[in-house]
Amino acid sequence: MATEPLESAAGGEVLLEARDLARHFDVSKPWLNRVLERSDKLTLKAVDGVSFAIRRGETLALVGESGCGKSTVARLIVGLYGLTRGRLLFDGEDISDLVNRSGKQAAAVRKRFQMIFQDPYASLNPLWRVGTIIGEPLRVFRPEMSATQRRTRVGELLEQVGMSPMDANRYPHEFSGGQRQRISIARALANEPEFMVCDEPTSALDVSVQAQILNLMRDLQREYGLTYLFISHDMAVVKHMADRIAVMYLGHIAEIAPAEQLFATPRHPYSRMLLEAVPTLTGMGKQRSVIEGEVPNPVHPPSGCAFHPRCPHANARCSQETPALIAHSDGSEVACHAVEEGRI
Amino acid sequence: MSSTPSSDSRDTPAVPALSVRELRVEFPTRHGTLVALDDVSFDIAPGEILGVVGESGAGKSMTGNAVIQLLEPPGHIAGGEVHLGTQRIDDLDEDAFVPLRGRHIGMIFQDPLTSLNPLFSVGEQLIETIRAHLPMNHKQARGRALELLREVGIPAPENRLDAYPHQFSGGMRQRVVIALALAAEPELVIADEPTTALDVSVQAQILALLKRLCAERGTAVMLVTHDMGVIAETADRVAVMYAGRLIEIGPVEAVIREPQHPYTRGLMASIPGIETSRERLYQIEGAMPRLAAIPSGCAFNPRCPHATERCRRERPDLLPAGTSRAACWLHDPEDPVIPVSEEVAADGH
Repeated sequence: MATEPLESAAGGEVLLEARDLARHFDVSKPWLNRVLERSDKLTLKAVDGVSFAIRRGETLALVGESGCGKSTVARLIVGLYGLTRGRLLFDGEDISDLVNRSGKQAAAVRKRFQMIFQDPYASLNPLWRVGTIIGEPLRVFRPEMSATQRRTRVGELLEQVGMSPMDANRYPHEFSGGQRQRISIARALANEPEFMVCDEPTSALDVSVQAQILNLMRDLQREYGLTYLFISHDMAVVKHMADRIAVMYLGHIAEIAPAEQLFATPRHPYSRMLLEAVPTLTGMGKQRSVIEGEVPNPVHPPSGCAFHPRCPHANARCSQETPALIAHSDGSEVACHAVEEGRI
Repeated sequence: MSSTPSSDSRDTPAVPALSVRELRVEFPTRHGTLVALDDVSFDIAPGEILGVVGESGAGKSMTGNAVIQLLEPPGHIAGGEVHLGTQRIDDLDEDAFVPLRGRHIGMIFQDPLTSLNPLFSVGEQLIETIRAHLPMNHKQARGRALELLREVGIPAPENRLDAYPHQFSGGMRQRVVIALALAAEPELVIADEPTTALDVSVQAQILALLKRLCAERGTAVMLVTHDMGVIAETADRVAVMYAGRLIEIGPVEAVIREPQHPYTRGLMASIPGIETSRERLYQIEGAMPRLAAIPSGCAFNPRCPHATERCRRERPDLLPAGTSRAACWLHDPEDPVIPVSEEVAADGH
């Protein structure tokens, strides 16, 4: 399987590349109901043709509103869902079939990336001590380690995330949300991964705790050269964390751009709308143009560009033809007919 | 109509829509009594939006629940007074309180799906609410329901009146909940995280709607939220809570631009901004204390960079600080505590 190296304008080696990722879910009624009610099969296209590349050491953020498919992308990458279509390349190796791999073959790849989940209450086993939770990836991927070595390593990991090695003997319920998220991060770090998928890691936390976790994640990235795929609905958090940002809408990428640039000059009408809608501390008394409408049901997405019913720049072409991501000279990629035609 | 009060409504001459004085809520447990709210006092003028912010467990929702007497037993009001207009309401028993809910105090909760009954159409729920509070027959109430749905921006309300809550999207459901809360033209609306479950684009729509409707009717709003951005764009005044106490209250611009309490300052600096760029976010070390272990003196003293012996011993009341009031000895007019460093204040906020 030849994988031609991807040249990147900003330089840097591509660690993960997604090509035309798609994941469809069958959400039809049971067979008997379908026959009796003469209804058709229904497919939810959660992710439909998403392509991006993440360079080693950078943070790519996926943003979008609920139902846009950002969490599905995360789960596709770590192999929790199988791909309906498309290819995933990790460090040059095709891992599209990760979900079907088992044993050593899967372990070789899986230990190189980790995932941090949104809810630190659901992602830690309540019956295990913290030391067992953090030591589990070591037990699985490094069976040669002795129990004593493992205990030492768990202690080191706890210190790295700002906790005490003594905490290894306690249970998850003894910790607050922020501390639990630190435990999740320690567990993710256990095997010195290169790549971390973080699915809304701070959206269940209070702002002061969020600041602690975001700072910790940046420190760890600097120290270990980690690469992050950072998923969030919070534009301000994304701006703080990301080098590049991909804005998703109904299973497609609307725009990918360097973080500073996206916030300074968003090009896709949806990116503009998202940025406009975020309430800010400095926007007091600002008269905003409130955008009408909501995200449509992804089971019945609009034809053409999925955003066209809410878009102030839509014309006949937008309602018929799905726009492709087109690279622009300023480093952004935008999927919009109006931008392509120079109308906006 | 939109009677935005003067920057300091401590001594509003008109009767405030809601007045809370030294409110104290206790939870008796096997291990002793927990004080969930202590010495909470504030007013909301008619037409004013008071934002109540704080992190989880600070007591912001508890304050709203105490005002409408929806505290989970064994929690109860153990002291203080609550006045709705000129009427004292904290000492009313349940039978006397029921007519107030909906009629005089409207409520909007976080999750619009659980606030609506899934077994009844939206129209039936609106008509029932209207007829429970206002002397109208079914036909009049139906007309009023249509009018309300139109006002909250539901397209083609005559077709939607007979639809069930599950047929509405999240934002539309929250519009229906707002219509229900405003159905009887209450003097006060308590909105507890009304937009937390919604996407940002819909959140902006709902906040604009709430703000407009309440300004038109002169309804006082107590907006409980953890999101400073929502407060900044919606509220007239802000009350910041920490460990069951009010630690700062003042006009929204003052609290956000010149926070006076070290906790508020830290909180503002820890929020990532869209306009600002910082390499690191400011961190308040530690976490808010549990109710069972609130430190003596100022509850914030173990996390405060300026804490002195006095802060550990003596609890500060709300003291005038700039155009706000803050419960911090830094603002003691006689013997102010000297701040140790100002790196937080100099952090661009």
